[in-house]
Amino acid sequence: MTLLALTGGPLWYASRAGGTLTLILLTATVALGIASGGRAVPRGVGRFEIGLLHRNLSLLTLVFLAVHVVTAVLDPFVHLGWAVAVVPFGASYRPLWLGLGTAALDLLLAVLVTSALRRRLGVRRWKAVHWLAYAAWPLALFHSAGTGTDTRLPLQLWLYAGCLGAVVAAVWWRLAKAGPGRVPGRLVAAVAATAVPVVLGAFLATGPLQPGWAQRAAATTVLLGGGR
Amino acid sequence: MSRPRTLRIDRITCTGQGLCAELLPELIALDEWGYPVLKDRTVPDRLRTHARRAVAACPRLALHSDRGRP
Amino acid sequence: MNSSATARLTTRHLAAAPGAPRLLADWYATGRPAALADHLGRHGPPPVAAAVGGRGSMPLVEAVEAAGLSGRGGAGFPTARKLRAVAERRGRAVVVVNAMESEPASRKDQFLLHVAPHLVLDGAVLAAAAVGADTVHVCLPRDRSAQYRRLSAALDERRRARVDRVRLRLHALPHAYVSSESTSLVRWLNGGPARPQGSPPRTHERGVGRRPTLVNNAETLAHLALIARHGPDWFRREGTPDEPGTTLVTVSGAVAAPGVLEVALGTPLATVLDHAQGPAQPLRALLLGGFAGTWLPAAHQDTPLTRRDLAPLGAAPGAGVLIAVAGPVCGLTETARMLAYLAAHSARQCGPCHLGLPAVADDFAALAAGRADPGLLSRLRRRTGLLADRGACRHPDGAARLVASALHTFPDDVGHHLTRGACPAAHQPPRIPVPPATPPERWR
Repeated sequence: MTLLALTGGPLWYASRAGGTLTLILLTATVALGIASGGRAVPRGVGRFEIGLLHRNLSLLTLVFLAVHVVTAVLDPFVHLGWAVAVVPFGASYRPLWLGLGTAALDLLLAVLVTSALRRRLGVRRWKAVHWLAYAAWPLALFHSAGTGTDTRLPLQLWLYAGCLGAVVAAVWWRLAKAGPGRVPGRLVAAVAATAVPVVLGAFLATGPLQPGWAQRAAATTVLLGGGR
Repeated sequence: MSRPRTLRIDRITCTGQGLCAELLPELIALDEWGYPVLKDRTVPDRLRTHARRAVAACPRLALHSDRGRP
Repeated sequence: MNSSATARLTTRHLAAAPGAPRLLADWYATGRPAALADHLGRHGPPPVAAAVGGRGSMPLVEAVEAAGLSGRGGAGFPTARKLRAVAERRGRAVVVVNAMESEPASRKDQFLLHVAPHLVLDGAVLAAAAVGADTVHVCLPRDRSAQYRRLSAALDERRRARVDRVRLRLHALPHAYVSSESTSLVRWLNGGPARPQGSPPRTHERGVGRRPTLVNNAETLAHLALIARHGPDWFRREGTPDEPGTTLVTVSGAVAAPGVLEVALGTPLATVLDHAQGPAQPLRALLLGGFAGTWLPAAHQDTPLTRRDLAPLGAAPGAGVLIAVAGPVCGLTETARMLAYLAAHSARQCGPCHLGLPAVADDFAALAAGRADPGLLSRLRRRTGLLADRGACRHPDGAARLVASALHTFPDDVGHHLTRGACPAAHQPPRIPVPPATPPERWR
């Protein structure tokens, strides 16, 4: 286990560390975004401070995401090529699980671009794209669990649990503080917040935590994507 | 300095999040439901940066600063 | 609101008001609604060719400007400026006739469209020619089915007689207080809810189908049709130099002959009341402008009906609604009922109106019922002060005007209700008919 984790050069370490940090930062950004989207705010904290923190955390997320992607592509251990960074499910290495990460990256890029242009797009179009960020988070999480070299480390498992807990808690807090109305939207949020931990737990138990995951992950291709 | 700027709130879009009043209390107050009250539409030169920050911070993009007088 | 009032207004043969009638001249002459043949016989076809100018000249717009016509829908905006703004935009324009008349105490557009529909339609067609529009949308509220049928027949008549070159289309919109706002009409015609839109782009820039759009009140267009035929000098023979012409007024309340009158602008309010055969009891107050209007103490009844003379009193001619209140009446109770209606009819789009207006209405209801807590009056004044200019439309502004003017006009009632509970008159049956204060069921 430990031996396996220590193989590989410095780029591999940088990529793993960058990915893990990205996941933590993305989780913080998403949790903050969910929690502050409603009207309720804890006393003693400015709304604008939460807004700025959300924005700065998201930019920092992208910085570490860039480190994660660049180091992974440059690393000679897996020959990925630059196209993999933006075209999902085309990788030679664990195509499905790496593809999820690429998809999350694309979604986050869309969110970044629309946020930069939000004044020109108008609030409706901007918010419509911003919802994609909610999808990027579980994608990143499953990418991390499915591809991650460190998935089987207890510390890493605790980290996943923490990320899940933060986002689920943010959803429940927002739902608890929300006023009446918008029942369908709130039902969807509640169901999604329940489903993601359950599915991830089941996936970890049956997938990465079982022996032989490396072979199975490598063999998993996407039917429509056509892994090499 | 250059031409004056005036604040405008899109009242339909505004949901009373209140960030504008935190960032620009000189010109914007909140009513008892948290919706902004414009104390003065015209942005004085000394508050121009703060006004720009308040406009950028609005999560609903409901605060605008238009060129020209009201 | 109640159909009997409408029926009375449309059948009664009122004596002509001061000044020569114009819009209602045919009605006074014949006593029956003008069919297309009557209308063409008297006025001839609309002078469309003369309205369209060449490069740089806009004869009709210039005539309307010289005539000094202002909008009769309530806002009183100069009609020529509106026409010019639309005419100067690129692309085919659209004309919208606003005949929604959602103000519950107003009947003038319904009455005008009943007795002289072709005058209004002429105006719309002429305005369309002046601004380069190929379509005219006539907007009526959905619940006035009789009016819809009559106007639909009038449009068929015109179509058969091949009077117009533009397309005329009739629409039945959901009837809410705020759906008569010009942006509500545009939004509904574009497939949305009949709720005010507010923010830019303005209707004249991008309205129906993203085209430059002229929205005018029905009465305004009827005046325009007469200006196109008789010229600005003729129009200026009535009214004041600043505010020329005649205007339709709906007089109701404590008068012997309620109805729609055509009066010259500048006519003293008391003279208007006299022509509705005046109050039987000593006049207590006047409500000018309807539910979103201004209470005036009886002492101001000699004020001329012009924007200039009414502005110092915080009032305006608005859409020409005049309600007389006489005898033992509780002004607060009457106001509270109107406010409850206005609050129910908020479009619920803007926080200050959606939350502030019901709060003000509740405070006012508590005051009217004599259940005032010590902080009520200052809270009511503060909340009322925060209504104006904080909505996408002027609905909260109107309600604020009603509240402020009621507190100012009925100080004795306020004192009585604050100190000794509801006054005896508060238990009288209501004098001003108010539709049920229930939110509109539909916006589309």
